[in-house]
Amino acid sequence: MNAHARPVDAKKLIKGATGDWEVIIGMEIHAQVTSRSKLFSGASTEFGGEPNDHVSLVDAAMPGMLPVINEECVKQAIRTGLGLKAQINLTSVFDRKNYFYPDLPQGYQISQYKSPIVGEGEVLVDMPDGEQISVGIERLHLEQDAGKSLHDQHPSMSYVDLNRSGVALMEIVTKPDLRSSEEAKAFMTKLRTILRYLGTCDGDMEKGSLRADVNVSVRRPGEPFGTRCEIKNVNSIRFIGQAIDYEARRQIAILEDGGTIDQETRLFDANKGETRSMRSKEEAHDYRYFPDPDLLPLTFDQAYVDELARHLPELPDEKKARFMKEYGLSAYDAGVLVAERETADFFEAVARGRDGKTAANWVINELFGRLNKEGLDITRSPVSAEQLGAIVDLLGEGVISGKIAKDLFEIVWSEGGDPRRIVEERGMKQVTDTGAIEAAVDSVIAANPDKVEQVKAKPTMLGWFVGQVMRATGGKANPQAVNDILKSKLGIAE
Amino acid sequence: MSVDEKTVRRIAHLARIAVTDEEVPHLQGELNAILDFVEQLREVDVEGVEPMTSVMPMVMKKRQDAVTDGGYPEKIVANAPMSEDNFFVVPKVVE
Repeated sequence: MNAHARPVDAKKLIKGATGDWEVIIGMEIHAQVTSRSKLFSGASTEFGGEPNDHVSLVDAAMPGMLPVINEECVKQAIRTGLGLKAQINLTSVFDRKNYFYPDLPQGYQISQYKSPIVGEGEVLVDMPDGEQISVGIERLHLEQDAGKSLHDQHPSMSYVDLNRSGVALMEIVTKPDLRSSEEAKAFMTKLRTILRYLGTCDGDMEKGSLRADVNVSVRRPGEPFGTRCEIKNVNSIRFIGQAIDYEARRQIAILEDGGTIDQETRLFDANKGETRSMRSKEEAHDYRYFPDPDLLPLTFDQAYVDELARHLPELPDEKKARFMKEYGLSAYDAGVLVAERETADFFEAVARGRDGKTAANWVINELFGRLNKEGLDITRSPVSAEQLGAIVDLLGEGVISGKIAKDLFEIVWSEGGDPRRIVEERGMKQVTDTGAIEAAVDSVIAANPDKVEQVKAKPTMLGWFVGQVMRATGGKANPQAVNDILKSKLGIAE
Repeated sequence: MSVDEKTVRRIAHLARIAVTDEEVPHLQGELNAILDFVEQLREVDVEGVEPMTSVMPMVMKKRQDAVTDGGYPEKIVANAPMSEDNFFVVPKVVE
């Protein structure tokens, strides 16, 4: 990994009152593992539910209960590691991270400290300006989620629900490789895409399935890392950007006033758009980790990993490269299409056996445009891939013109139905019959003798005639045929 | 390595164990006896020896991913000093 070798990029520096500053960002992401039951118990992981309904005696830490690991969670962690191009550790160890809080009934969280299941990896991130950055992954480990405390139910008491207690989390730690809030947001977006492709985390940030702790520090370009602050539990990609921008400015202001940064944990207040210090508990970081005596080391062999690798889906980077090669798409279009697996699948269903660029054009410009306007996602598109494919076919066969194709798309969007039949029944076919076009051309010429004189001196007026003929034929005339016939009748050279 | 009285109090606090002033010197002695024993163990050369995690050669048991437990919230909160609507109710932990 090239973590510390990343050269200073002047574009990414922040201007302070006394010169430029470089922002250094690293992230710790908590991703809830997609599984039916919890990491060490058979209770359901389903979101919500009645208070303490998805809780076993293990999750409630009743005396004498022992944890037994859920094999699917192990597989999900390995799959994720493979998706992050990371080293998979065939032996890893579960440790106890000790602290007291009412939503942690065991008095410790089962986590992995010195020997995580996944080691170093790499995520490639495409920036909007075309730059590609490499973000090093430090590690990924499995751990238990805590329960939930509600503080607003009673003036002097907190209410504790353990439904989330014991649900498997993957903590993914990056190297301090990010240099701007834009990069951090793009990284988080890419990571979310990878997790969703893999099916190892649903990436639902609103429900808290994916949340980030963001480490931010600033330094003068070329100098050693400054003191960092950790912003806890940021739960949207937009907030990640806001929190970093605010925090970098705050630290720069302190340093430029001759102050120093205290290493501390901060909270992002989304309403005020600022970070603020969490009251730091004394000894908060003395977790006294030690290997959990209830659990043996987690071991599997390379064949087990290889088998999981064989069944891994095509990941966004590979899919993007294939779309560019197979369908001749631009990097930008391919990137847009692979951002969500559902979108990529939809595009492929439209593009298969057809012209890829035309298919991409229709999916990205017409369909996405319309879906965005209505606030729908691709899975709820009223126009299916088959229907859109038929429209592209009709256009390619010359049965309808580009303009009519857009009308047809509108009809299919609002009324549904088979595009081919709609074209047939509503007489939307492009007129390629030169006799009919000639008749229309003749009548336009006959009705406008003055314009006929003008066009001879000014050939660019031809467009006006094309418009008139198209109007006379209800937009169904083949524009190329109209153009050709007009030119010959008006005596305009090619 | 040995611990002083301050460390004894700190460890007790981290473990949320109430320790009286009279108990501290006694506990300090016990902890230091344990640490002395660990010091002796440390003298053994274990270069190249794999850490032993189990007396018997055993592989960790794994479960299938199925929902087999839960659905008894009243049992979960049955021993709680205070509960309401199957929530645990505890003294407020934030201001």
